[in-house]
Amino acid sequence: MTTTPAVPTANPGGGSAPGPTAGSGACADPGPQRSLWSRIRGRQGRNLWFALFVAPFLVGLLVFVYVPIVWSAYLSFFDARATIRPTNFVGLANYRYLLTDSQFRNSMLTFIVFAVVIVPLTYACSLALALALDNVGRLRAFFRSVFFIPTACSYVVAAMVWRLSFFNGARFGLINSILIHFGHDGVDWLGGSNSFYWVALVSLRLWLQIGYYMILLIAGLNQIPTDTYEAAAIDGAAGWRRLRYITMPQLRATTAAVLMLLLIGAFQAFDEFYNMLSTAGSYPPYARPPLVHLYLISLGGSQQDLGLGGAGTVILTVIIVVFGLAQNWWVTRPDRRQP
Amino acid sequence: MSSASSGSRMVLGRSGRVSHAIKIIILMVLAVLFLLPFYVIFRNAFTSDQAFVSPDWSWLPDNLRPSVISGLFTDSDLDLGSSMLHSAVQSVGQTVLTVVVSFMAGYGLARFPNRAAGVILKLTVLTLMVPAAVTFVPSFIMTSQFGWIDSYRGLIIPVMFSAFATYLFRQSLLSFPKELEEAAELDGANPWTVMWRVALPNSMGIVAAVSTITFIGAWNAFLWPLLVARDNTMTIQLALSRFMTSQGIDYAQLFAGALVAIAPVVIVFLFLQRYLVQGITTSGLD
Repeated sequence: MTTTPAVPTANPGGGSAPGPTAGSGACADPGPQRSLWSRIRGRQGRNLWFALFVAPFLVGLLVFVYVPIVWSAYLSFFDARATIRPTNFVGLANYRYLLTDSQFRNSMLTFIVFAVVIVPLTYACSLALALALDNVGRLRAFFRSVFFIPTACSYVVAAMVWRLSFFNGARFGLINSILIHFGHDGVDWLGGSNSFYWVALVSLRLWLQIGYYMILLIAGLNQIPTDTYEAAAIDGAAGWRRLRYITMPQLRATTAAVLMLLLIGAFQAFDEFYNMLSTAGSYPPYARPPLVHLYLISLGGSQQDLGLGGAGTVILTVIIVVFGLAQNWWVTRPDRRQP
Repeated sequence: MSSASSGSRMVLGRSGRVSHAIKIIILMVLAVLFLLPFYVIFRNAFTSDQAFVSPDWSWLPDNLRPSVISGLFTDSDLDLGSSMLHSAVQSVGQTVLTVVVSFMAGYGLARFPNRAAGVILKLTVLTLMVPAAVTFVPSFIMTSQFGWIDSYRGLIIPVMFSAFATYLFRQSLLSFPKELEEAAELDGANPWTVMWRVALPNSMGIVAAVSTITFIGAWNAFLWPLLVARDNTMTIQLALSRFMTSQGIDYAQLFAGALVAIAPVVIVFLFLQRYLVQGITTSGLD
């Protein structure tokens, strides 16, 4: 214990866990003459093995996740157009610009509108399917696969079907040809002359992600003990009452996780917006969620404004972290309904 | 649970059977709707341009010829073969590297409980909250600084360090008994050998789950390739997107390309669905 007097309680070899790992390190080594090197190595070189296992991941995580975030926070205080070594310190100007920019605020509004629709809708549909498949009998595996398989499709390919077939504004679009068949006019779905593009955007994401969350909710349902239902059946609870008073409270942790994942997913929306609405590299002025807007102002245009991109990244990261903390609070708060 | 439910159905008698039949019919209609986009891709791929732009929608393809698919690979303008190759290298590369790096890290974090492991685990869980897409601007700056634009390195390395995979492997290894590994260590094997020879072969379920999720995500990725890939590494999703958003579209060719593009993932999906379900289940419920 001669080398690091500042940390008298530290275990030899850096072990903080209780048990043999922490205690026996000192016993294996004779006396107080233990060198710094042997303390770094740990018992039987365990710390070196640990470093070998973890180092590639840790280095990657730092270099490609943490350093870039810090760097973009740094860039956000500069006028960094088409340069990553800016000299013109502008303080909070990039933040001020973004937060007062009507386009940026519109992108947040677009996200909110999208999330308010897609999050509850996906949750309700996924839960309905999960409950319906619960006692469907022999066809259960078949239905589960069918509802799940859109997960394998990319947003690009789905956008292709939605844009060029289902919601094609021309007469030969699938929905338009049905409308015309029944004597209605065709609809200009994606052209921006109305808000019908939301129908296309929401239905695409719904189709693509329902199955994924259905699987999560089925797993959640399977964790509810069978005897809870048996007790409820004896008390006469069935159907809606059983769902309201037994299933939903028991499913709360899964529900919180699913809602959080859906919200994060909606926040990251990019692929289907870009592929359904942009033409020949130009994106229409409407329906720009945050990532699309950030892409267009920082990298997508002719001029790269990395200071603005950095400020946008910091704002979006903070929003995401706030979501996470709110969800954490929701899951860990005491359950008032529990008797 | 399903046996209890079928029991209650028997008790309900005829009305129960009728409502069960109605439910099956509704689910069948939904199943058709869910499969419809896949059928439309097939229908469009094998429909001539005249039939495609005809206001009378026809459900059956009128141009069902194998040359539609083979023509894709001979069209030098589309260059579908090379974008499929780029996607294959990128997705397989990312899957293998993610699994190896994350399994090692997950093993280290699960089997060597020390103070550093606690800190690294906190850093990992923190990144679970901030999805990579949100930080695409700084990641792009970093990648272009390394000179990795339009290379497989740029396509793969910045996105291969998956906190999600590491966390899943750690959780899975924690619940796995380590007696086998301790026995191997008593026999004189070092931790490296123990991990590859004992821990990994006993974790094939979770490895398959993480591989499937990573592969599908990598094959379908759009935003990161859009930033990094140019002509030399143009992935299939980018190629499709570029043709779709350009003017003057060859519809049949585009949808035939989509048919080719979804084939690998659908095959992976159909064969490894069990592991995919397992992976999603574990990720949501710990």
